[in-house]
Amino acid sequence: MKKIILSIILVNLLAACASEKPKEAANEPAATSAPAATETAAPVTAPAQTAPVSSEATAAANAEAAAPAERSIYFPFDVDAVPASDRATVQAHGEYLAKNKNAKVRVEGNADERGSSEYNLALGQRRANNVKKLLILSGAKSSQIETVSFGEEKPRCADHSEACWSQNRRADIVAK
Amino acid sequence: MRFLGAVVLLCVACSARAELTIEITGAGEHQIPLSLVHFAGEEKMVGQPISNVVTNDLLRTGLFKMIDPAGKSPHEPGDVRYDEWPGVDALVIGNVRTLDGGRVEVRFRLMDMVRRTELVGLAVTAKSEQLRAIGHRVADLIFEKLTGSPGVFSTRIAYVNRESKKYRLVVADSDGYGEQTLLALNEPILSPSWSPDGSQIAYVSFERGHASVFAQSLATRQRTLLADFPGSNSAPTWSPDGKQLAMVLTRDGSSQLYLVRSDGSDLRRITFSETIDTEPSFLPDGKSLLFTSDRGGSAQVYRVPVEGGTAERLTFEGANNFSPRPSPDGKYFVYSHFVDGVFYIAVQDFENKQMQVLTGGGWEKKPSFAPNGKLVLFATESQGRGILATVSSDGRVKQKMVAQRGDIREPIWGPFLKQ
Repeated sequence: MKKIILSIILVNLLAACASEKPKEAANEPAATSAPAATETAAPVTAPAQTAPVSSEATAAANAEAAAPAERSIYFPFDVDAVPASDRATVQAHGEYLAKNKNAKVRVEGNADERGSSEYNLALGQRRANNVKKLLILSGAKSSQIETVSFGEEKPRCADHSEACWSQNRRADIVAK
Repeated sequence: MRFLGAVVLLCVACSARAELTIEITGAGEHQIPLSLVHFAGEEKMVGQPISNVVTNDLLRTGLFKMIDPAGKSPHEPGDVRYDEWPGVDALVIGNVRTLDGGRVEVRFRLMDMVRRTELVGLAVTAKSEQLRAIGHRVADLIFEKLTGSPGVFSTRIAYVNRESKKYRLVVADSDGYGEQTLLALNEPILSPSWSPDGSQIAYVSFERGHASVFAQSLATRQRTLLADFPGSNSAPTWSPDGKQLAMVLTRDGSSQLYLVRSDGSDLRRITFSETIDTEPSFLPDGKSLLFTSDRGGSAQVYRVPVEGGTAERLTFEGANNFSPRPSPDGKYFVYSHFVDGVFYIAVQDFENKQMQVLTGGGWEKKPSFAPNGKLVLFATESQGRGILATVSSDGRVKQKMVAQRGDIREPIWGPFLKQ
């Protein structure tokens, strides 16, 4: 069972690595210029104000057949609210789960290494929890979603650089 | 500020069993001039000579200036000619001999060369494989007699060793020898914490697919699953009386502090923020907890009464501050201080709120005091590898301990053990 999950994660990681570069670049300025000060300003209810789904065509098409291909959500430094740029990704998964009642996912929160291991574990959990909330707002049921945090323990990229950190500040929506 | 010659490289690595190479920089302000004569008979013993164990322990503190005996070799008080040791305040002499049944006897004396008397002596018999442990006891006695503080050379440390995907929870002597693997996993291990009597270690393991909290006996290796709620279960730390633990759970949403009895029963929530509260650590009186929280917008150190209530913010300097742990006397706390992208080890006085940065900065995390309060152990990085380091609590003497393999993370200094 564990092996299967692992291999799924690996496939997803590879897919995300190949497709995600532009998005990280988009996150970078925010990460370097917006330190912790605004981090807690986003309360748990923030995702409720999100705009209706904008990526109509892709989300709808995906919901019919397979789960959406994009499974990673990227965060600025020390921020746990799902960034506006990645909401469509989460909403597409939420709609897929709404239409596929038997589908289940695990949301895995991760953090970069700038912080203590325990703080980053907590931060990764908040990221995963916020993705879960947005999935539910997009139609998924709570029982379809498990959350877990790996903190800074399972980095996709191990260098001490923003290029790496931006990939590690991430939540992955993984099929169970 | 380099007194003794910049870097003293100790010969810990000479023994094939060495786990760590130790490098020391700096020296204490007032070094005690001390001479140690190699113990008679130690060359016949297996392993590192006991007087080397004693010398290395004392050198690591930075408080002693070791003076070469220059060929003189007294082994009994009657052999000591005080006039021959000008400038030496204290002299260590002794002998080792093999007894029947694989046992050894160590006799040592610490001579006060100024007052020309014996300060302390010790005769111990033990199994021959315990020779290093005896060396640490001898060093502890010398340290206590000459500085007034108990030595910590006989205490143990715990840490996590990571080699690619393999994680080991390790317990070792304070000098890095005698590594014992308590747990080996292919999943992360975090946040080891000693029970106050040194008999158990609580920690976080990902073996169940998420972070859960275990406690494990060092003697029997028996494990107890203390918390395994959905989400993350983490940051265990024992109360000073050993009867309960504080830990962090996300079962009610964000990471919050909880108390639980040491058998895992009677769970009580202490903090009620919508933010991150983590890394609890009891003050020595058991009445309050230090912890890390981002409730003020950035990660900072706070203190809260153990029964819950209003939390007081303690740190204000730096972008973020993490991982607070109090000194054994409860007057200070150490923490990891993050500013301009660099982690430093800092100490702060509870009373006057003055903070002092102890280290030069780097990836310096997870500090903890030695049980005598004189040294701080922490994790840092050298040439891309996670290593152990210590700094004296006044910041003067620094020491790096480089493991032979893997990255060392999450260290914590263990308590004094009852003899």
